[in-house]
Amino acid sequence: MMGDESAVTLGVAPLVADERVRTPWSEFWRKFKRQRVALVAGAFVVLLVVVAIAAPWITPFDAENYFDYEKLNARPSATHWFGVDALGRDIYSRILMGARISLAAGFLSVAVGAFIGTILGLIAGYKEGWWDRIIMRIADVLFAFPGILLAIGIVAILGGGMANVVVAVAVFSIPTFARLVRGNTLALKHLTFIEAARSLGASDRTIIFRHIFPGTIAAVVVYFSLRIGTSIITAASLSFLGMGAQPPTPEWGAMLDAARADMLTAPHEAIFPALAIFVTVLAFNLLGDGLRDALDPKIERQ
Amino acid sequence: MTQYLAKRLLGLLPTLLLVGFLVFLFVHLLPGDPARLAAGPDANPETVELVRKDLGLDKSLPQQFVRFVGGVLRWDFGTSLRTKRSVATEIADRFMPTFWLTVWSMLWSVLIGMALGIVSAVWRNKWPDRIGMTLAVSGISFPAFALGMVLMQFFSVQLGWLPTVGDDTWRHYALPSLTLGAAVAAIMARFTRSSFVEILGEDFIRTARAKGLDERRVVIKHGLRNALIPVVTMMGLQFGFLLGGSIVVEKVFNWPGLGRLLVDAVDMRDYPVIQALVLLFSLEFILINLVVDVLYGLINPAIRYR
Repeated sequence: MMGDESAVTLGVAPLVADERVRTPWSEFWRKFKRQRVALVAGAFVVLLVVVAIAAPWITPFDAENYFDYEKLNARPSATHWFGVDALGRDIYSRILMGARISLAAGFLSVAVGAFIGTILGLIAGYKEGWWDRIIMRIADVLFAFPGILLAIGIVAILGGGMANVVVAVAVFSIPTFARLVRGNTLALKHLTFIEAARSLGASDRTIIFRHIFPGTIAAVVVYFSLRIGTSIITAASLSFLGMGAQPPTPEWGAMLDAARADMLTAPHEAIFPALAIFVTVLAFNLLGDGLRDALDPKIERQ
Repeated sequence: MTQYLAKRLLGLLPTLLLVGFLVFLFVHLLPGDPARLAAGPDANPETVELVRKDLGLDKSLPQQFVRFVGGVLRWDFGTSLRTKRSVATEIADRFMPTFWLTVWSMLWSVLIGMALGIVSAVWRNKWPDRIGMTLAVSGISFPAFALGMVLMQFFSVQLGWLPTVGDDTWRHYALPSLTLGAAVAAIMARFTRSSFVEILGEDFIRTARAKGLDERRVVIKHGLRNALIPVVTMMGLQFGFLLGGSIVVEKVFNWPGLGRLLVDAVDMRDYPVIQALVLLFSLEFILINLVVDVLYGLINPAIRYR
């Protein structure tokens, strides 16, 4: 019997081993799924995205054009879950629609910033010399303006409105991604496999995009998630300052600004948008932390 | 040391020039004619031409840039379009409230942030760490303007302990500096923790423990000094964050500082004020980073100034 069993095991073993080939993706998942907090945060982000997409169909009232003049500043109730604002609009509906705006602003601005920043970082790190000096000098100059100040300057030039806020926030994401990717590129480009690719006659373009870029993805993904949180806060801040979304747009920062007038009598008008921003940004930050722990090779040794 | 400082200051020149050039270009990037903007919407074409000459906007761009740099060096930023007072006076009036607000925020956020970070690192993965890091991640996720409104509602309106607006006494500083510093304290806590965790795993810490030093001395004497090095760098970066954050916080607390001046200027399209403030904020940021680099060397004897 014993002999039979081991024979079976021996016969099966190679198959099992084949299934457990460690791909970067399975490695990532193995580490990421151990982090409960990040998993919950990730699930919440997915939920937020679904809500943002479905918002126009699931809001109980029209976020901009429904006015209940009988219930101005009313507290939360069964019909109006988050209460009613100073103009008689349903806050719950406005928060749901606001998720659409904040997520889109956060995601778009970081995507644009990451795209341009990554390409600039790849070029600077790979070419070095003049390219590097010029690109990094521009990044230094962009870094010389504290984040939100740069955004305010850009909004002052382009004018208010959410589209311009996205441009402004994207611009100040560029240098961080450029520096990050440049550092990784510098570290990767002298490794043997790049040398091998070059000796096979691969073009610069192939080396950069097929061989170096994949090595920088992990860092970019981690930063992307952490950056979305910051960008949502910055975009909401600009709206709060009156430079972003204009009324009646249900943007969370703009809603908080409007709630300032009625803080004494109707604090719920401020609490729900504040909570919405907090929970959303928290989810992205926790997700980013989890991604970093799962993707950063430096964490492994601990 | 002096040589190093001189070298660093010289190295700043290209960045300063580029920043100055961008700020200078700002006026020309604005939609519409700056001369008409300065003259006001009701001015007739002759007045607009006069204003254009007066502001030197009729000259070529290089000439204008030289004029602009000359003005900045003489601390002359032109006249505010809104109040008709000189921009330098406007800024001088508003400088101190913002300065003290930033300093107080930095002070307490560094103290609390580092304390939280050290506690979290020493009791890693135990409950002090969990609490500390939960606070920290919440701190970076709560936008300053929302936090300010919540704090004001709670401490000023409901409890009546602290005043809501104004900058007369230290009690006026409590809530705004708390609001402004919260995110920085959170970042400092996370950063100090990871820096400390790394240091506590080093060989020299094991040596210190092995030779029988008590844990407190190991943490404070051997750990702190080495963990401080990256933390100080982080502090410099956060100063820029505070400068930016003050813009938002000043609106919440109706603070008579530079941030609100900037917000009002953007609202009124008062471009000389915007220009001067953007320049001033960036200059502060650049100088602070220089100071941090110098401090860095003072704490870390391994770095030699060359």
